[in-house]
Amino acid sequence: MTKAAELAKMGEVLTNSQIGGRRNIVINGAMQVAQRSASVTGIAASTYATVDRWKTAIGSTAGRLTQTQTAITDLSGFAFATKLDCTTADTSIAAGETLMFHQRFEGQDLQQLKKGTSDAEKITVSFFVKGNASATYTCELQDTDNARFNSQEFSVTTSFTRVILTFVADTTGALTNDNALSFQLNIHLHAGSTFTGGSHTDNVWHTTANQRVGDNQTSFFDSTDRTFFITGVQMEVGSVATNFEHRSFGEERQLCYRYFYTMKAATAFMKVGHGRAYNTSNTTATYPVPVPMRANPTGSVSANDDFGVAGESAGGTTGTSAAAETMDDFSRFAINITRSGADLTAGTIYQVEADNNTDMRINLDAEL
Amino acid sequence: MKVTNVKYWKYPLTGKVTHIYCNIEGRAEQQQVPIDNGNTDYKNIKVQVDAGTLTIEDAD
Repeated sequence: MTKAAELAKMGEVLTNSQIGGRRNIVINGAMQVAQRSASVTGIAASTYATVDRWKTAIGSTAGRLTQTQTAITDLSGFAFATKLDCTTADTSIAAGETLMFHQRFEGQDLQQLKKGTSDAEKITVSFFVKGNASATYTCELQDTDNARFNSQEFSVTTSFTRVILTFVADTTGALTNDNALSFQLNIHLHAGSTFTGGSHTDNVWHTTANQRVGDNQTSFFDSTDRTFFITGVQMEVGSVATNFEHRSFGEERQLCYRYFYTMKAATAFMKVGHGRAYNTSNTTATYPVPVPMRANPTGSVSANDDFGVAGESAGGTTGTSAAAETMDDFSRFAINITRSGADLTAGTIYQVEADNNTDMRINLDAEL
Repeated sequence: MKVTNVKYWKYPLTGKVTHIYCNIEGRAEQQQVPIDNGNTDYKNIKVQVDAGTLTIEDAD
């Protein structure tokens, strides 16, 4: 790059305020946080499998994969990547088949893109990828508020390389300024004609579903030899890919908690919280979460009998509602415990706790 | 989104239906979905109910 070009780039970076912190709109781009699991095998349905904020969307295919948050030593500065490993191939690709690794964004977090205005900004996406062999996949920006798409093909080799893709600004379709889904960053790894049937053009905003995936797309499910590694994902305003913005594990985890939080006992009889029995079979206990969640979450628990009531006999919990009550800002919840045997006294304060093991887990899911 | 074993849940304290209990995408753990338009799972369930492709069993 010439000196003049370098200065021009620097000027653009300064103009777009990319020198400052929080350049990276992506959360958990370095794949550090994995509250749910480090590895999930036999993925057959869409799920947030391992690393937080990253969803594997799979549809209509017989292909299956294992997803792992894997430690890496062959990319300086990065400790983890997400590894996708094809375990069942599917070489007969029906129209609606898809495999996509993606992150979803709230509209209120993307107003700086000025999308749908005459001042709309370019968007630059960068990430490090490798695979078992050369391949071509498709990276896509998807405006879910206005059903608009822009995608570009990229290449994968057997060594980690940084892919940098700058997407043109979109002066059509503003993003809603709220906490709902507005936008996705998609990595298409397998796609049927519903997505590939049309004639694809890189880096054009459009509304045609069958032009979303590139004409040279490789199918991840073409062989059980196929692997795909990705880390260092960054999405930023402007046409320059700045160095990956490393955030501390603590910062990244706090950002993830807005969308998913799991509370897991590390010791037997770990206390969840306290509350008053309102009849002989039911009591509640309130507990806080580290940061207010995005929305009223879907709750789940490991098993009913992983929860007990201090002073009462072990077991005997036949029902739980992980978030039966909530504060308006989703910063605090009350679990409801239903007991068999009518062993509670109405009006008495009880302590809800883990049983005599470390199996107790409460999951709160407020993903987009 | 594949949803099975779908049933309304009534909060015993208030007697009001506040959640939908179900299994989502084959997960073994029962999911407790709040009846709240801000919740992504509820929105997906509602689409299927409105389309007539999903029926929710009454609460106990």
